[in-house]
Amino acid sequence: MLILDYNQPVPVQIGQPIFVPLYSGVRAGFPSPADDFLLKRIDLSDELIKHPEATFLMRIKGHSMAMAGIDDRDIVVVDKAITPEHGKIVIACVDGEFTCKQLYLQDGVTKLRAANPDYADLVFKDGQTLEVWGVVTSCIKQF
Amino acid sequence: MFALIDGNNFYCSCERVFQPRLQGKPLICLSNNDGCAIARSEEAKALGVKMGHPWFQVKHLEKSAGLVALSANFALYGDMSSRMMSLASELGDSQEIYSIDECFLGLYRTPDVTQRARNTRAKILQWIGIPTCVGIGQTKTQAKLANYIAKQADRKPGSYPPRLAQVCNLVELTERQRMYLFGATDIGEVWGIGRRISQQLKEANIKTVQDFVQLAPATVRKRFSVVLERTWRELHGQSCIDLEEIPAPKKEIAHTRTFGQPVRELQPLIEAITEFTSRAAEKLRKQQSLASEILVFIHTSKHRPGPQYARSITVPLVRPASDTNSLLSAAFRGLRTIYTPGYDLIKAGVILMNLSSTHVQQTELDFGSSMSDRGRLRKRKIKHAKPLLTQMFDCSWHFHHGNCNCPTLAKCRTPLQIESQNTSRANQPSAVLTATARTHAFPPVEYGPPAAC
Repeated sequence: MLILDYNQPVPVQIGQPIFVPLYSGVRAGFPSPADDFLLKRIDLSDELIKHPEATFLMRIKGHSMAMAGIDDRDIVVVDKAITPEHGKIVIACVDGEFTCKQLYLQDGVTKLRAANPDYADLVFKDGQTLEVWGVVTSCIKQF
Repeated sequence: MFALIDGNNFYCSCERVFQPRLQGKPLICLSNNDGCAIARSEEAKALGVKMGHPWFQVKHLEKSAGLVALSANFALYGDMSSRMMSLASELGDSQEIYSIDECFLGLYRTPDVTQRARNTRAKILQWIGIPTCVGIGQTKTQAKLANYIAKQADRKPGSYPPRLAQVCNLVELTERQRMYLFGATDIGEVWGIGRRISQQLKEANIKTVQDFVQLAPATVRKRFSVVLERTWRELHGQSCIDLEEIPAPKKEIAHTRTFGQPVRELQPLIEAITEFTSRAAEKLRKQQSLASEILVFIHTSKHRPGPQYARSITVPLVRPASDTNSLLSAAFRGLRTIYTPGYDLIKAGVILMNLSSTHVQQTELDFGSSMSDRGRLRKRKIKHAKPLLTQMFDCSWHFHHGNCNCPTLAKCRTPLQIESQNTSRANQPSAVLTATARTHAFPPVEYGPPAAC
């Protein structure tokens, strides 16, 4: 089972965005002809975070979501404001531990599906509770 | 109308968001150095753990009752608090952040308040996972009381009507219903009525809030005080206390710590006092105040065997000051006076007192510079104190965090990372700063990284 390192949900720093410049540096002497065409820099926080108060980052441990593009050591952006629906990738709490899986909610069946044929789905027995902690909205890979 | 939103067992709730396995377990958060319990889950309260209970006295519950103790992670609580405050502010037109886990909201044009309060509460619970209670009243004191009722009704079924659990709006109740609630509430639970006054009131046979509101206001003022009359008026729905949207500058700034290990020698004490004074002075400058006196105290632990010792001293400054140098030399003079070797000291601290604004200055005849104030700066041919302070401030930012040599304990802190290394130290050319730090060293404590503790 893919367990998140619960030491790692990182509250996202808001207000200090990382800027990605889309425009080359300034040259002395001759005014840049590009000045009139300056672009607003892309703010990664804007791109990745819809609800700043409800967004947390988590580092993934394990390979059970490999087919969904989430590998070991990747960082996922988790939004707690989004309502979990069938088919969404979620962070769930199962028996007190975090796990990242795809939520299956159809035909009266509730289960958590792994995105890797080597891993079995999590089906719930009587008395077991499933709590969806948040919905994964994107995945950050660093090479 | 006012609302008060308050996080339930806030520190414990924050920890549970990130460690769901702690859900339903007795949990406490420990103060700095794992000294005593500063937050308790409902389950821990049921085990009899009191607020401020020293950890070693309840440690046996770890084995016998499965009590979980975590070292406080204030960086995490601060972050969760700002998220909560941001969501809470959506309920009202104006907001006063009263403490890390509670805020007042001014509701002037808010329709359908109770339903909106329930929605806000549900939103905070879903978005950040913190359970809260909301109290609504005509005044801030009423809102506080309503919040207490909402909490009690939630955690102790049967104490109050269950429909008031989580969100309690005193305004939409009838006079009779309100009186019933007041009759069921101990007078000591009212905001502004402390332990001493509630004792006095109880001796006068005023036991519940109902007993109190049925007094005549003139009697309250005559027999007690004008402050208590204000509380009386507030309970009757006449607003006397306004929202403070911009926090007033503090009147005292304290920085105190319990040591992880007892300290006997003077040198580590000097290091600790340097650290405390520098941090307090930073806060002082941030709110643009000057201090006229500094109190220094040290004491042993009453929970440890051995000779006991507790001394404090207030050292006046020649002129009100905010620069670390003046404050430090006064603090050291105080420390040397009260320090006696041979005791296992467990706690020390400094309190900056008698604060005034930097914008107001007392002029004087030229008595000359004293050693403790500007003299020292002049003697060392440093012309402008201001840039020096700025540099010191930068240095302390640069070296402070995580470089403390004081003995501290944090047995099991959730190792949450709030920001990455490169965001906190942006725009600080580190090589230059290190050089500056070493050139301007002050006696008796050097401002370089090793001594700055």
